[in-house]
Amino acid sequence: MTLAVQMQGITKVFPGVVANDHIDFSVEKGEIHGLLGENGAGKTVLMSILYGMYHPDEGRILVDEKEVRVDSPAHAMRLGIGMVHQHFMLVPSLTVLENITLGREPVSNGFLLDRERMHRDVKEFCDRYRLDVDLSAPVYMLPVGVQQRVEILKALYRGAAILILDEPTAVLTPVEVEELFTAVRALRTEGKTVIFISHKLREVLAICDRITVLKHGRVVDTVAAGDASEDRLAEMMVGRKIVYEFQKRSVTDQRPVLTVKGLTALSDRGLSALRGIDLEVRSQEIMGLAGVEGNGQTELVEVLTGLREATEGTVILHGLDITRATPLERIRMGVAHIPEDRYKRGVVTDFSVMENLIMCGQRDRFARNSVALDFTEASICSDEMMRDYQIQAPDKDTPLRNLSGGNQQRVVVAREFSRSPRLVLAAQPTRGLDVGATEYVRGKLVEMRDNGAAVLLISADLDEVWALSDRIAVIYEGRIVAVKPVGETTEHEIGLLMAGGRND
Amino acid sequence: MTERLTGAARRALADLRRGSEGALFQVAAILLAFIVGALVLYASGYDPVSAYAAMLRGAFGDMYGVGQTLTQATPIIFTSLAFLVSSKAGLFNIGAEGQFLVGAFTSAIVGIYLVELPWVLHIPLALLVGAITGGAWGLIAAVLKTRFNAHEVITTMMLTYVATYLTGYMVNYPFKAPGWVSQTVKIAPSAELPRILPPTQLSAGILVALALVAFTAYLLRKTILGFELRAIGLNPSAAESAGISINRGIMTAMFLSGAMAGLGGACEILGVHRRFIEGFSPGYGWDGLAVALVGGLDPVGSLLASILFGALRSGGMIMTRSTKVPLDIVIILQGLVIIFVAAPAFIRSLLKRRRK
Repeated sequence: MTLAVQMQGITKVFPGVVANDHIDFSVEKGEIHGLLGENGAGKTVLMSILYGMYHPDEGRILVDEKEVRVDSPAHAMRLGIGMVHQHFMLVPSLTVLENITLGREPVSNGFLLDRERMHRDVKEFCDRYRLDVDLSAPVYMLPVGVQQRVEILKALYRGAAILILDEPTAVLTPVEVEELFTAVRALRTEGKTVIFISHKLREVLAICDRITVLKHGRVVDTVAAGDASEDRLAEMMVGRKIVYEFQKRSVTDQRPVLTVKGLTALSDRGLSALRGIDLEVRSQEIMGLAGVEGNGQTELVEVLTGLREATEGTVILHGLDITRATPLERIRMGVAHIPEDRYKRGVVTDFSVMENLIMCGQRDRFARNSVALDFTEASICSDEMMRDYQIQAPDKDTPLRNLSGGNQQRVVVAREFSRSPRLVLAAQPTRGLDVGATEYVRGKLVEMRDNGAAVLLISADLDEVWALSDRIAVIYEGRIVAVKPVGETTEHEIGLLMAGGRND
Repeated sequence: MTERLTGAARRALADLRRGSEGALFQVAAILLAFIVGALVLYASGYDPVSAYAAMLRGAFGDMYGVGQTLTQATPIIFTSLAFLVSSKAGLFNIGAEGQFLVGAFTSAIVGIYLVELPWVLHIPLALLVGAITGGAWGLIAAVLKTRFNAHEVITTMMLTYVATYLTGYMVNYPFKAPGWVSQTVKIAPSAELPRILPPTQLSAGILVALALVAFTAYLLRKTILGFELRAIGLNPSAAESAGISINRGIMTAMFLSGAMAGLGGACEILGVHRRFIEGFSPGYGWDGLAVALVGGLDPVGSLLASILFGALRSGGMIMTRSTKVPLDIVIILQGLVIIFVAAPAFIRSLLKRRRK
């Protein structure tokens, strides 16, 4: 068996962090090798070293059993290494074909673009790897999953024999994930080597031949996928057993906290997004909102937080009509919000951890008077929150951008939950988080519920809705089509309702 | 206790490091500008060493030079702070020139016509009116933005033309002083900001400017409003989610920004010119934008960069007189400083190479 890549004793230190600590990592030719670890375990750094974006402080790299020094991504490409990043590097206004061939355009007569050959070559690639794309479509018009395919094709077109996929499923829908897996398997059949970075256990088990687990910059072990299980991998990743089921306290006193009646609202494009939502969420209850994305969930949360105007209907919180209340008034009334897009709505990455923690409370809890902020209080509370919510950062003055995704989400959760909310609107609260952080956030949601808050959980992850909810509401095309206690329904039934099936 | 102390010391050190890295960058850019400037001087047949020496002597060599340097710096301190405050809220107020002129004109009117007032009331009132009208001029752009989504770069620039020609009309027709110059009559003595370093033109306006530097630093770092404006500037969507009204923030920031420029105009009139003369500003508003960037968008940085630009002007005049080097070199130097500050990647690569 020949080895496509060997990395030996790789060490990389960033100021304050040992990102890679004497890592030994090897990949056999023609295998799909999973690189598994929590956010911040050092997966991406290791692969960035292989791709020439960083230089290791120690260690050596062998590609095709020859020692190399990878100076730059361009050099990596010449060595046959391609990488598809989490954030795509495509030119949105160019077509798929132009993006794939960019910088490597076939030329005729010395300087003219040979469009015909370009098209022929790329088409052949698509067919061989079963990556189906409309070559003439401009990239910005394509869904994310297809853009990713374009990235893969681009790498292959540049001659990649070893393909690194960095968290490729993070942005994909379940159907797109299946399509990606089909394509990756086709690559293996064609003799390509694939390194698959992920923190999702199920996916790694489904697609990989072997799996290397990283933790805190070190290799825990490399195992064959056939010998591994989700439980075992999770334990290796986190270093302890993971809780998938939560014990909830039994309900003592339930009363309606949030009552929504006949709510309608428009989407950004001015189309009808909510078409008469009726919903009640009670204290000591997690109401899961199940639905395929784009059925009005985003707009519903925005209307409930005061960020979007309701066109009709009422929102009642603890008996008070808050339909026209401002976001600040709602915050003051005890509405907490974990936004679905953390970077857009949840945090200011250029602010420090402390500045992010005191947001929402800058006029109340953290104000000394009507003019000045109370830095003593802010400082004490930030230390407390960092301790209570296990936010890992050098100190509270660290810029938030230096924290891992999981720790940033902990900052959001700490800020929103520490003011003892009465209503929690949690939209995709564990999206993009690793196993440990996911478990933590879910546990906190249950804790909020047990302490008497009403929780509305919006999640595209049906498993999550299932594991946490007391009742499940299904949203379809801007309406709540059914509300079921979890004990009285099945995943099959909810799945049907989400797809617009009739509720009989 | 010790733990607390070491924590504080560590933070202070971290701040210092962060700050010095930023400052180091600005200083490197300025040095580089002077090096290139020396090459230009040399290529034009002048001796760069004696030219720079003359410039330095002129700007800081004696009390007169210092006075003239600070006089030149004063209006730019105001306009750079004006740009800085708007930029912290994510707004690009490039119309400080217009707000400066409006504030200058209205303060002149207050200075001329409210003659019965004692100076303790007259001066503050004239300054206040200058600030409020400058702020109102900025507020027009804010309203256009929040109501009609008009971009402030366009509106503030256009409003600057309006201010230029409107004040020009005022001093050519309704408020023109007798004679052939387009200017108002002199303000009442009770409205004059005292000169604090005769025979230079340096007035108490510099004290107002220093106070404004302190005020701006306090506003941005310590107050609720500053926190909210910075949040809006860095991530408006997240600010909105945190209960901050973006529209109100835009209005407040533009008013404050305009008021700072307007106050600068008022100080220039009450302290230096003592009347509104058409075209008295050589573009202090525009300089403010560049100076704010050279100062690293920091209030104290603005102050230092303003003094640098003031020194270039006052020192440049002495240099021209004593070495025959044309005054244009000052404009070249200003341009070079701005170019190098605006090309951070270039400077950063230089700094990095030096560290290796």
